[in-house]
Formats: sequence, structure tokens, C-alpha cells
Amino acid sequence: MRLLYAALLLAASIGAAAAPMGYEDARHLLDRAGFGATDREIRDFATLEREQAVDRLLAGARAEAVTPPPAFVDDPIERPGKLRNDPQARKALLAKLVQQGLELRSWWLQEMLDTPSPLTERMTLFWHNHFATSQRKVRAPQLMYRQNALLRREALGNFATLLHGIAKDPAMLVWLDNAKSRKGAPNENFAREVMELFTLGVGHYGEPDVKEAARAFTGWSVEPATGAYRYRPFFHDAGEKVVLGHRGNLDGDQVLDILLERPETAHFIAEKMWREFVSPTPDETQVESWARTFRAAHYEIKPLLRAVFLSDAFWSSANRATLVKSPVDVVVGTLRIFDIHPADLRPGAIACAVLGQNLFAPPNVKGWPGGDAWIDSATLLGREQFVDRIFRTADLGMQPVAMQASAMQAEKGNAAAGAPGARLQRLMQRGMGAYAFNDRRWLASLGTPHNTSQVDRLVLATAPVDPVPANLGMAGRVRALVADPAYQLK
Amino acid sequence: MERREFLKLSALAPFVGASGLARAAADPAVRRLLILVELKGGNDGLNTLVPFADPRYVELRPRLAIPREQVVHLTERAGLHPSLAPLKPAWDAGELALVQGVGYPAPNLSHFRSIEIWDTASASDQYLEEGWLARAFERSPCPSSYAAEGVVVGAGGMGPLSGRTVRAIALANPEQFVRSAHLVHAEHERPRNASLAHILRVENEVAASAERLRGTPRDFRTDFPAGAFGASARAAAQLAANPARIAVVRLSLGSFDTHANQLPVQANLLRQLGEGLAALRGALTQAGLWKSTVVATYAEFGRRARENQSGGTDHGTASVHFVLGGAVRGGLHGAAPSLDRLDADGNLVHTVDFRAYYATLLERWWGIDSREVLGERFAPLELV
Repeated sequence: MRLLYAALLLAASIGAAAAPMGYEDARHLLDRAGFGATDREIRDFATLEREQAVDRLLAGARAEAVTPPPAFVDDPIERPGKLRNDPQARKALLAKLVQQGLELRSWWLQEMLDTPSPLTERMTLFWHNHFATSQRKVRAPQLMYRQNALLRREALGNFATLLHGIAKDPAMLVWLDNAKSRKGAPNENFAREVMELFTLGVGHYGEPDVKEAARAFTGWSVEPATGAYRYRPFFHDAGEKVVLGHRGNLDGDQVLDILLERPETAHFIAEKMWREFVSPTPDETQVESWARTFRAAHYEIKPLLRAVFLSDAFWSSANRATLVKSPVDVVVGTLRIFDIHPADLRPGAIACAVLGQNLFAPPNVKGWPGGDAWIDSATLLGREQFVDRIFRTADLGMQPVAMQASAMQAEKGNAAAGAPGARLQRLMQRGMGAYAFNDRRWLASLGTPHNTSQVDRLVLATAPVDPVPANLGMAGRVRALVADPAYQLK
Repeated sequence: MERREFLKLSALAPFVGASGLARAAADPAVRRLLILVELKGGNDGLNTLVPFADPRYVELRPRLAIPREQVVHLTERAGLHPSLAPLKPAWDAGELALVQGVGYPAPNLSHFRSIEIWDTASASDQYLEEGWLARAFERSPCPSSYAAEGVVVGAGGMGPLSGRTVRAIALANPEQFVRSAHLVHAEHERPRNASLAHILRVENEVAASAERLRGTPRDFRTDFPAGAFGASARAAAQLAANPARIAVVRLSLGSFDTHANQLPVQANLLRQLGEGLAALRGALTQAGLWKSTVVATYAEFGRRARENQSGGTDHGTASVHFVLGGAVRGGLHGAAPSLDRLDADGNLVHTVDFRAYYATLLERWWGIDSREVLGERFAPLELV
């Protein structure tokens, strides 16, 4: 009897995998592989089988952005250090670099909203967090843009190619000081982080390996005027080195190949994939099996992602709604789900920064820690203010313009100036006047007659924590759902 | 001491170290304020408290040595980086202690691992989940009337205050925090998973703390310096002056990770530190709170003794830390690490274990048994 039952269950689950996956599964896949999904996209995917859906996402991967980059990315590089004797010109240049940095952030957010392949942007962001580089030190937005283009080109390409590329990427060379590293006194910064954070993980190498690898990377530098990679043979230490037991006159590329040969590297990336796509608590057996897939595929990223998205763990109901949304998930996801198309995305970029994810400026080379760390009392209040700003007018019939004016008015009466966090927060709120939710248009765009449970399962990955009163009306219901703690989960 | 009172204290005995007993007895309900300042990225101690009389210093730092005549002399052998001149009055008043050579055995040179070691007060090869202050408050909670046990000003994670039971919040600005707190609702059903549990816990903390922090913000006659750290110092002063008390405020400043071009970067950061802490001292003295406040710095590590070729310094080990307050015993504490006896990596060898530094704060400032929190007994320093 028990056997028969088990056989029936098995048959049922095979049947489920080969059948159209339905709304819930489609929402789960698109939410995690992209940045929130619209009702239309979910209904479109709901008719596919899981495998078809995953293959469609992987086949849609892009190597370039659809959004044209800001014009300044082709400008010559200007360096504030050159203007040490002209404080005014230096100040003006620094202000310009900040403005251009903000434009660059808006450009990326625009791409996240408009791309036909949100998975490409999710992976580009994944690698930005992995090879975390900040404009705060690199300064030149042109270099940050070029690095972003490299991350996108290999986002679903090949990890080995990406690693070799990033090691010679000018923004990275400046960020981790390798541009200045020379024979006789190598700078250890890049050599250490490439082992600890980019490949092996802590505990899988020793201090002597760091020192020796640093020698191998000497001479990998940047041409200051153009910002292009430049090899400086006179700075390179061509002598014998020993890295992880390999002896020879190693250069940087050979050291990277040694790191790629180690099984820990594939494991390190596979575990990070689990945390990105499945849950905060990796399963060692599953991660190890993905790591083997990744190595067997010579670090091709698509076979790894295919294994992740087709694993039982990815679809398990125990792992749904267990990931905390990142600030980019909140900002881009909210704009996407609710069909909001602001003309200016700079306030959105500032909102991400206020919520703790300043694109192109991760806190340090380890990137954003993510998970629970996204939420503390300051960022949680910031998230609530963000959605409050967008949805507060929904059932009041207020116009965006009026809202902007009232925000400016509130701003004038605000005595608590000073703290930079507070200043940014005000900037975000003021600029977000045009980020209003149009409930009538949105409700009309939903497929077929919409009822409350349909809206609930579109907006939330799990049931609301606070029961929504039945008498709110649809716009009020949406407002309650986005203010619910469950809206922070995906 | 009356018998009844003695019994009351005996009941607390597991939590109260012998040396702290007398202090705790003075007012058992009060947990005096500790303001921690994290020098993120690892500050270069040798160019902070400069050993200008040691000829090895200039040998190790041909380009980076601070010229003797620019140093703010404290003793005949050592003095402060010129940017720290705003702290000289505190030194002269005997309210600034400099703890030299703070580090730990078998040092780890990774930023992330080393700050984890500092945040959790673990041994170098030990992995602990909770922050050391979270553990302290778990064993010895603050009175429930407190607005919060700890407040983190600005971004950067909860650090030593991360834990499951500690009542800690993060905010950018206390007034704004109170104004926006109505956006969350406390009290919910049982959470469905760990991530949701975390979100609900933060919501409850926000609601509870905001209720207690409500009230008119205090105006200080002291001017706080412009910039992020000045604003943080002002927030710390406001929190200190709030009638609903707080035990710990954590500020941070950085990045001190000066692998290249160290001189201007560190000078700027130390200037912010010096001016910010001097303003904090001024404001809290004026408010009559300076005697019940201790400010203490920490960081994952110091920098390598020998400068590198990029005009900077690589990751190091031991460093100097600042302790300020009206009740602080000023002066140099601990021993300056020898520049002649570096370790195999060319790093300074620590002379004060960072857990002894923490034990000082736990036992001598709060009267909490540090052994319970730190796993073993580290003799506290005689600085408060």
C-alpha cells in the first residue's frame, strides 16, 4: 500500500515536471532569475514546462546592453590628482565625476527595466558583487562602464574568461592597487583578494601564496591618459615563484590558471549561486554536484545555471520566499511589476543607495553581504518610505505633480539637516515625485477579471503577514500588500 | 552593606566580575554609555601614534614617516599625527588614553575575517555567530526602560551588536528615525522562515525604540564639524542626551585601507576623527554626561611596518586605539610594539590582546563578568 502510494506520488511529480508549470512556478522563476515580473510575463511563461522555460531564459542571454550608454563613456579620462594645484578646477571635476557616476547608475537601472533578458542583468549584477569594484576609488566613470560591459559580455559566458579579463581590467587594476605594483615591492592587495574572494575562498591558500602571486602580477598596469590596460615589462618580476605548490617563472595568467585548476574555485562559485538563487542555507551535497557540473563544463556559466534552475532545491516549496530582496530588487522590481516608467531614473539610483546598494560603489571588495544584512532598522524604514512614496496617492486620486509640490513643501519645513543619510533620503523623496502608481491603468492591464487572490499572488511571493482587511478596495489592497513584511521576500 | 542589598547583589553574582562588583553596586540599574568608533579598513597605527624617537621608524617609512617637527608631542618618544591636534586638550586634561599594540595571536590579514574576529571576540581559529556585545547583553540585559541596548549610526552592519536577542537598531539620524517609524507595525504572527523572522524582529525593534526615543531633540551649543563623521558624532551626542537611555552607540569612519597614496587619505580621515571626537567631548561635557561616557576605537588591524612602493602600507596586525571620557585614566597604556622584532611577515607583534581591551570595558565600565562573554579571563587594563 505504502509502495503504491509512493509510486503514485512519483508519477505525479514526473507529470508535474513535464506539464505547463502554471502561474506560481512561473512567478517564482521570473522573480528570482530577473527583477520581479509583470502579470503578462508570468502568464506567458506559465504555459511552458519548467525545462522549456529555463532554456528560453538561457537562450535569451545577451552580451550587450540595449540601452545606449551615456555619451561621456568615450570621453578622455580626467584625473583629479592632476589638478592638485588648482583647487577650484579640481572641485569642479570631482562634482562632474559624481554627476556622471549618477548618470551611469541610471543607465544601468534603465537597462534592468528595459532589457529583454533580465537574467543577463541579474548575472551582471551578480558578477559586479563578486568582483566588487567601487567608483569611490576608481573615480573615472568611463572605467566603471568598461568593467560593467566586460561583466555583461561574460555574464552567462565563461568564468575563466571573465577572471582573466577582470584581472587586466583597468578599473580593477586601480581598485586593488595592482596598477602601481612593481618588482621588488609588489602590492599584495589584488593577489590576496583574487584568492580569498574571487576564486578559492578563505582557508584554501597561505600567506606565502599571496606574497608569491603578488610578484607574478607585477607589471599589469594602466595607461593613465587612455585608461587602457598596459603591461610594463620593467615592473614585472620574472623570477621563480611558488604558488599553491606550482613552481616556475609564473606570470599573472599562469597564477589565474593555477587558481582555476583548484576544485575549491568551482565550489566557491556554486555555493554563491545557491545563496543568490535558492536560499540562505546552502546544501553541501547539491552545491558539490553543481561544482562538478561547472568544472566539467570548463567554467561555462549556462550549464551551471541550468543545473541550478532545474534542481529540486530551486523549486522546493520550503525554499520559496526565503530570500530577502536586495534594494535593486525592491526598486527595479516595484517599477516593473507596477508598470511605472519614470523619465528620470536618478532618484531610483539614489533610492538604491539609501537602501544600502549603491551600484558601482559596493562597501568594499567583498561586495554587499546581502541576506539578512540588507535589513536593519534604517534600511527597513527606507524601504517602507520608498513604497509609501509610490503608493500613497493610489486611492486618493492625487496627481504626481501635486505630490512633488507637497514633498518640496515638507522639505522646507524639515529642520533635521546634516546627516548625509538624511540628505540622501530627502533627495530620493523629492526626486520621486513622478514615481507614482496609477492604480486604474495597472488594474486594467491585468489579464482577465482580477480578484483579490490573483493580485495577492502577483505582488507577494508568500501570503501577507498582516491579514488585509476585505473592505479596502483593490488600490488600497495593493498598498497594504507592498507595505507588508512579506513584500521584502522573494 | 545591608544584608538585603547584599543578597540582591549576590543574585547578580554570576554576571558580575569581582572587580566590577563595587561599581555595579553604586547604581545597579545603570549601564553607562559606551561609544565605539570603528576605523574601517585598518588604520595605520605607526602614523597615528608616531614613535618619532625610534630611528627604525624612518628606516621603515622613508616616504611615509611623519616629520618629527610636525608630530603633536605627547611624550619624549611618541606623539600624535598632526591631524589629531584637536585631541590634544583631552590629552592635557588626562581624558585621553592611547592603548598601544592592540591585536591578537596568529593574526589573520583578511579584512573580512579579521573584523569578524574583532566583532565576535573570537580566537583567530574560532568561528562565533554572535557579536561580543550581543553576547554580553544576552547574559546581562539592559533594563527594559532603555530605548535600545545598542544603536548603530549609519550603514555598515550591526558588527559587535549582531545577535538574535540583543535590542539594537541602526539609524542615520535619530529625529528622522522617530518621524518615520510609524511606517512599520509591531507584533505579528509566527514567522514562516528565518529571513521573515529577521524582518519582523527588526520591525519590532523599530517600533519599540522609536516610542522611547520620542521627545524634543537636544540642541548643543557645540558646533559639530561638517561631513559624515561630524554628523555621526552629533547623532551620538543626541542619543547620549536622550532620557530613555542607550548602552552602546557605534559609529564608523573609513576607509583607512591605504594601500596607496596614504599620506593625504589618512590625514583627512584622522582630521575628521579628531575634530568629531573633540566636538563630542565638548557637547557631552556641557551636557554633564562626559563623566558617564567612554569613547573607544577599534579596527580589524593596523598596517605593515614597512611602507610599500605605492606610497601606502599593506595589511598589518597590531595597532593603537583611543579611549576617551571624563572617567578615563589618560596616558599611554600597553607597550609600543618593537620595531626591531617584527614577525615573519614584517608585522608588529601585539602587546595587548584585544579581548583584554574588551574585558576592560565589560568589567571596569559596566561590571559585567568578562569571562562569560569572552570565553576566558583576560586581565583588564587600568584605564577606567
